[in-house]
Amino acid sequence: MMVQTQKNIKVITGNYSVAEAARLARVKVVSAYPITPQTTIVEKLDEYIETGKMDAVMIRVESEHSALAAAYGAAAGGVRAFTATSSQGLLYMHEMVWWVANSRIPLVMAVGTRVLGPPWNIWDEHSDLLDQRDTGWLIAMAANNQEVLDMLIQMFRVTEDERVFLPGMVGLDAFILTHTSEPVDIPDQEIVDQFLPERKQPYIIEPGNPISMGNLPSTAVVHARLRYDMWKSMQNAKEVIRQTAREWEKLTGRFSGDLVECYRCENAKYFIVGMGAWTGDMKEAVDILRDNGYEVGLFRLRFVRPFPDEEVAKYLSNAKGVIVFDRAVSMGSGGPIFLDLGYRIRNVPVTDVIAGLGGEDVNFNMFSEVVKGLISEVEKEGEFKKLINFYIGGELQ
Amino acid sequence: MIRLQDLTKKKYLLPGNAACPGCPLNMGLRYVGMAFEDKTVLVVPAGCTSVIQGLMPKTGINMPLLNIAFAASPAAAAGLATALALRGKDAIVVSWAGDGGSADIGFASLSGAAERNDNIIHIVADNEAYMNTGIQRSSLTPFGAWTTTTVKGKQEQKKDLPLIMWAHKVPYIATASVGYPIDFIEKLKKAQQIKGFKYIHLHAPCPVGWRFDPGMTVEVAKLAVQTGMWILFEAENGKIRISPTSRPYANKKNRTPLEEYLKLQGRFEKVTPEMIKKMYEEIDNNWRILLELEEITSKI
Repeated sequence: MMVQTQKNIKVITGNYSVAEAARLARVKVVSAYPITPQTTIVEKLDEYIETGKMDAVMIRVESEHSALAAAYGAAAGGVRAFTATSSQGLLYMHEMVWWVANSRIPLVMAVGTRVLGPPWNIWDEHSDLLDQRDTGWLIAMAANNQEVLDMLIQMFRVTEDERVFLPGMVGLDAFILTHTSEPVDIPDQEIVDQFLPERKQPYIIEPGNPISMGNLPSTAVVHARLRYDMWKSMQNAKEVIRQTAREWEKLTGRFSGDLVECYRCENAKYFIVGMGAWTGDMKEAVDILRDNGYEVGLFRLRFVRPFPDEEVAKYLSNAKGVIVFDRAVSMGSGGPIFLDLGYRIRNVPVTDVIAGLGGEDVNFNMFSEVVKGLISEVEKEGEFKKLINFYIGGELQ
Repeated sequence: MIRLQDLTKKKYLLPGNAACPGCPLNMGLRYVGMAFEDKTVLVVPAGCTSVIQGLMPKTGINMPLLNIAFAASPAAAAGLATALALRGKDAIVVSWAGDGGSADIGFASLSGAAERNDNIIHIVADNEAYMNTGIQRSSLTPFGAWTTTTVKGKQEQKKDLPLIMWAHKVPYIATASVGYPIDFIEKLKKAQQIKGFKYIHLHAPCPVGWRFDPGMTVEVAKLAVQTGMWILFEAENGKIRISPTSRPYANKKNRTPLEEYLKLQGRFEKVTPEMIKKMYEEIDNNWRILLELEEITSKI
């Protein structure tokens, strides 16, 4: 086995990290429609293809619906396909998002997570990504540009594993990652080739193989079984994700978690839960709080689909209190992560802080102040005052 | 010149599929199989052909087939054709859509694939309304026709999709009819030889939606051509040429009276003499435009 021995560090944006991952994964067909903040992914991939740095075909479609349809057609035809989008674009392709998952075709997409309008707003929120959570795609969220690259390459392997055979998307926060340069260690092509086996998929649409993909089910039971099979594959994916992260570590020396990353969770009584780039600030907040005697850890979700049940049970089931930060809201109910987590830790006090909406910045001082305040509620009363809080303009509502 | 006896006897459309009696799409799909044989790969959006396949895990269509969301068939076909070409497969990828999947909800995708000159054949199986959902009007429903959403007869004209696609400057455009299979298969065979985007608009009279006897599909299809309502033509690299089958009807005198076509169809039961007059005018206009374009494009 060959392992990466030398570092190859380049200072690149999250979007270029996406493009590097697609190139290294030897994607054969890229199909995309430009939207801020995803645009430079498409531009970079186009440049790679035009200049021969990447042996692939770019299909310059007229919409996101067609972007995913063309990528899906290519994937159904037996090659590794890729697309990327954001915000309105992801919603425009939403019908196809379901279509790809239900037909069990492995395919990978990057999502530069962005606010949904109106009003028009290009900044960061997780509403677009989390709107896809019922579709049957694996959904991961990166915390930095290195993780963007590592997660995407791993996602190809996970989605093409016969225990999974589902598509997967990796989110990266608008501008905070997509347009911010960070050092990224780029693995050698040989390392990635070794890591990614030849593409596998459940079937290929090709001449001489007269199958029909997607015609009407003979009975509802037949269809229900297909749906249940997807559920089981999603459960299988958890172990595949864990194994894949370890395999990647063996080759590159890098491991930043599998379904979750738990930061300073040893002896923690209180947990912050979050995902994406702002967990960097949450880590700072945890450090500050620890310095001030608070026994706090960060439970960072790397994957929201499949949801990390086992890790939740392991780390959070005996917590004194759990504070979830959601960068999205299901109107009339609560934050999506909070909703997923709540019923899994029924005997633990848990509260939701919906923050960062409209792209509002939340820094480590703000996190630590909010967390301090909420912890004091539990210390005084044994529980949080409210299930759902909004944090807007520096104030908890 | 193609002779029927030289074409394959292999059944690409299996008996007992779920098409209605007298279905023109069944005919069209059979001709596609006869033309492209084992090289055929179909991409099919929502429409009657979603149902014709029958129930999975079986299928009544003996060709590889990827079902796709309503608006997306040309895009999915483009991706599929690209992948199969990369894998060295000798495939003819056909985006087989209805009037909705081509002229309405699928139009952006169709226009996109045409402009990119994707190497696919898009066939519009045009039964002139949304038949699969129960006969609602489309932009390809002709003036005067009853549908469940035009109970007084459609007030607007049929969109001229073949000329819209011609304006995309693609290598090949053709119109065809299920009433003239040899003409259709010849056009399919010609399209097969051309690299890039090919568009074939297949007129497909629907007994259920048009309210005529299911034994009359071919006759109704032929009358559409003979009355001059539906003009068979081709455009290779922009040069328009009226097909030999339609050529005689360039001359008004050779056309069968339109009433012969209308009276067979329940959907035109309530058209008034004024509406028929307007239909005649429209036929004349369509011919005039096409003949002028033939003349003009012969010089380019």
